[in-house]
Amino acid sequence: MAKTLVELLQSPPVVVNVGVRAFADSLRPVCVVVHVDWSPPAGGDARMAALLDDLL
Amino acid sequence: MDLKARIAAANEEAFRRMAAADPVLVDVAPAGEVIPGLGDRMILHSGPPVTWERMCGAQRGAAVGMCLFEGWAADPAAAERMLAGGEIALEPNHHHAAVGPMAGTITRSMAVWVVQNRAFGNLAFCRQVESFQQFGDYGSQALAQLAQWRDVWAPALGSAVRRMGGVPLKALIARALQMGDEMHNRVVASSSLFANAVAPILVDCGLPREQLVSTLYYTGNHPFLFLGLSMAAAKATMDPVRGIEASTVVTAMARNGTDFGIQVSGLDGEWFTAPAPRVQGLLLPGWKEEDAGLDMGDSAITETAGWGGFALGGAPGILAFTGGTAAEALAYSRDMRRITVGLSPDYRMPALDFEGTAMAIDIRKVVQAGLVPVIDTAIAHREPGHGIIGGGIVRPPTACFTGALERFSAAYRKEG
Amino acid sequence: MARKTFLRRNRYFDSVFLMQVARRIAAEPGIAGASALLATEANRRLLAGMGFAEAELAGAGPNDLVLALEGEEAAVEAAGAALDAWLAPAAAPAGAPAPRSLAEALRERPDCSLAVISVPGEHAAREARAALEAGLHVFLFSSNVSLQDELALKLEARRRGLIVMGPDCGTAYLGGAGVGFANAVRRGPIGMVAAAGTGMQEFACLVHRAGSGISNGIGTGGRDLADAVGGLSAFAGIDALEADPDTRVIAVLAKPPGPATAAALEARLGRCAKPSVLCLLGADPRPGRAGDLDEAARLALEAAGLEAPAWLRPDPGALRALARARIRDLAPGQRRVRGLFAGGTLCYQAQALFRAAGLEVHSNAPLPGMPALADPARSVAHAFVDLGAEQFVAGRPHPMIDATLRRARLEQEGRDPEVAVLLLDFILGAISAADPAGDLLGAVRAIQAARGGRICIVASVCGTDEDAQGRRGQIEALEAAGVLVLPSAAQAAAFCREAALLLGEVR
Repeated sequence: MAKTLVELLQSPPVVVNVGVRAFADSLRPVCVVVHVDWSPPAGGDARMAALLDDLL
Repeated sequence: MDLKARIAAANEEAFRRMAAADPVLVDVAPAGEVIPGLGDRMILHSGPPVTWERMCGAQRGAAVGMCLFEGWAADPAAAERMLAGGEIALEPNHHHAAVGPMAGTITRSMAVWVVQNRAFGNLAFCRQVESFQQFGDYGSQALAQLAQWRDVWAPALGSAVRRMGGVPLKALIARALQMGDEMHNRVVASSSLFANAVAPILVDCGLPREQLVSTLYYTGNHPFLFLGLSMAAAKATMDPVRGIEASTVVTAMARNGTDFGIQVSGLDGEWFTAPAPRVQGLLLPGWKEEDAGLDMGDSAITETAGWGGFALGGAPGILAFTGGTAAEALAYSRDMRRITVGLSPDYRMPALDFEGTAMAIDIRKVVQAGLVPVIDTAIAHREPGHGIIGGGIVRPPTACFTGALERFSAAYRKEG
Repeated sequence: MARKTFLRRNRYFDSVFLMQVARRIAAEPGIAGASALLATEANRRLLAGMGFAEAELAGAGPNDLVLALEGEEAAVEAAGAALDAWLAPAAAPAGAPAPRSLAEALRERPDCSLAVISVPGEHAAREARAALEAGLHVFLFSSNVSLQDELALKLEARRRGLIVMGPDCGTAYLGGAGVGFANAVRRGPIGMVAAAGTGMQEFACLVHRAGSGISNGIGTGGRDLADAVGGLSAFAGIDALEADPDTRVIAVLAKPPGPATAAALEARLGRCAKPSVLCLLGADPRPGRAGDLDEAARLALEAAGLEAPAWLRPDPGALRALARARIRDLAPGQRRVRGLFAGGTLCYQAQALFRAAGLEVHSNAPLPGMPALADPARSVAHAFVDLGAEQFVAGRPHPMIDATLRRARLEQEGRDPEVAVLLLDFILGAISAADPAGDLLGAVRAIQAARGGRICIVASVCGTDEDAQGRRGQIEALEAAGVLVLPSAAQAAAFCREAALLLGEVR
């Protein structure tokens, strides 16, 4: 169930970090963070990623 | 319904059909009597379509072996001339509801396991697994083995199986998966279970004593006996999944030592191929990397059905054979969850808290995750005339999946 | 080609394990082939067939391990000598792997409320959309997201009652957690809606240092207030702060919006149930509207019923006198002011202060009406350079994190005989470099030495004493190197403005 923005402001968020690890590391002392070991979809193949936008 | 929803629904249907499969061994019979469209002077082979000119050394050796086995040629040189001269039709097993290990060659006189998927009625066929001719050896010992199967073991097993009214395979496979088998390169438990199941019936068949003893010995001591059955069961499971509109589920993965090919449910009849990869693994003493042939065999049908590489989590023993660790085995099984529609409700791995094996490979997820399926497989020699030289892990070329996705997109997006 | 066998008596190993060992050894440089096997009759014949001397295996039996190697002599000897190490068991297996996608992460933690996204621009919109579809608010740090994608994302967010903070959003304060490049500031009654570059950071630090605190800070990204986007995130932020029980004053900090959005913003704040402060950097001055971040802080404190401290209310005359004193000893040819900024908003603010005084300054990120630098790598006349701009950070870390580029530019400016005043900002807080002042002090001292002290280096430090870098220590280090540190970025820029005016007078 999605929180409203006002609800989000009432306590530290539960975060999923997609990208640079430094964001997760800086948040860890204050909130729950799940860091995603992200890599470009379709192994960086932009053409395939574009196809997948319509299919998946 | 938008395209994404159509695909999701189609894939759910594909998964449902796979989960509903009920493979039963119903017979062992000469291929010419049971395989549709298998004529005289025709060799069915593993993998996608391939011409004699492009065929790899080991598969050529196997083809030569079949010509000699059938008596179409008197010697290897004559066999090669016939094959090169186009006198023998070469067709994929998959086009005839069949599969075969390594070179996978099937001709009319070759007896095959006959498995029926009782949930849908379809039949699937697989030749027996052995260590010589299917690896490209056409020497006298290799051919003698084929003759034994044709004349002694297959008829005996056929009698027993018919007498039993068929041997249900689903429960047997589920048990074997929990005993450390993965149904592709480690089938020791399933082979034992099967051998035990048929033994009393074989005795009861009233066979000549020599044939009975020979067959009991064969079934009781063949470490890869059940592979032929698991391949046929997998093929019988997957064939009803062909041709579901808008489904991106893989219905076949097959190699012939030259090309690696996949087939997709919503693009029935088409092959998406790329050059066959090298197998990463272990070689038996005396063999070197440069001796190895490229990936070969229809046995990847087991992975397609959710076993083999997808069940490695339950079979760390085989992982060591192919050169990895138990942790890697578990990691492979977890990885495969990312590229499938769901988990099998029936086939479970104790080492992963009885989680079901990942089932129904989705080409979209393969491309999205940049993760191709794991297949564990044997290694043949590059050249004809040798037996098995090792085993390992192989990954299909990404190009097969991106090619299929492109084609799927072109075929389905315009309908939107 | 050497061929040698090595023996280990009475050792049993699983044949499969031995195959693994052989493979690992065979991968060593200089090794052509390796076999590890037990010395059974059959294996001994096999080895003999492979050319290994039978004599070496005399007396070896089925319980004895043979390692048969061929290759360059040195490699063979080395591998054989290390055989026991090769035979030792493998290392412990690793634990469960980290999730590889948003979807996997959400399976692990279905109660996630915020996605922090910093992937490369071409993938950012896709990830943000997936997050919104999963019911998450989005903090979008990524840049190079198209206007079209930004609008589509923000409309989707609005449809779902969610917010997209960004793109190009670097900072937010949510429920007591500082997200991104955030400073250690206490909680308090003042809420912020900002484009969320260094503007939000500076404002928050000023409020904290003045003894008050921040309730929440919502970033909108730099383009949100353009008419094409219409302030979708800004308005969502204002609505939320208005309803937030912890917020008593709402401060909106931005560059000037598009005209339609500006009017809507004014109207919205006019209807706001709570007192608000609007700071539009570079906009024409208007009563009740802050022209710079210091003024915004003063007005916010006042609205919260607090008095702004003396350091936040500088006397303009004192600043002018200070400037006059500092430029007294410079050579006649030294007439230029050069600012090198890590904070883009602070660069913008500095330009605004110059323009208000009728001064022209070149920049690679010019205020409307200011000239653009023909070559961003080369300063002319008065120049303020935003080193966090696209042309400098493509493929490189941001100047808040890594000082390499800014140090080189500082040295370059220091060699220019026309330069009279150098302006630097130092940004502390999470993710920023561990010692921003220290990273430039070497260059600062070198310039001071080369010029014999005849140059004026001015700085501000955006941060708090509670930040890991420690504001007090940073200031001390700068002052020890002869840098004039002013209490805020606006005051440092104002000092430079006074200096520029003086330098422009005939001397």
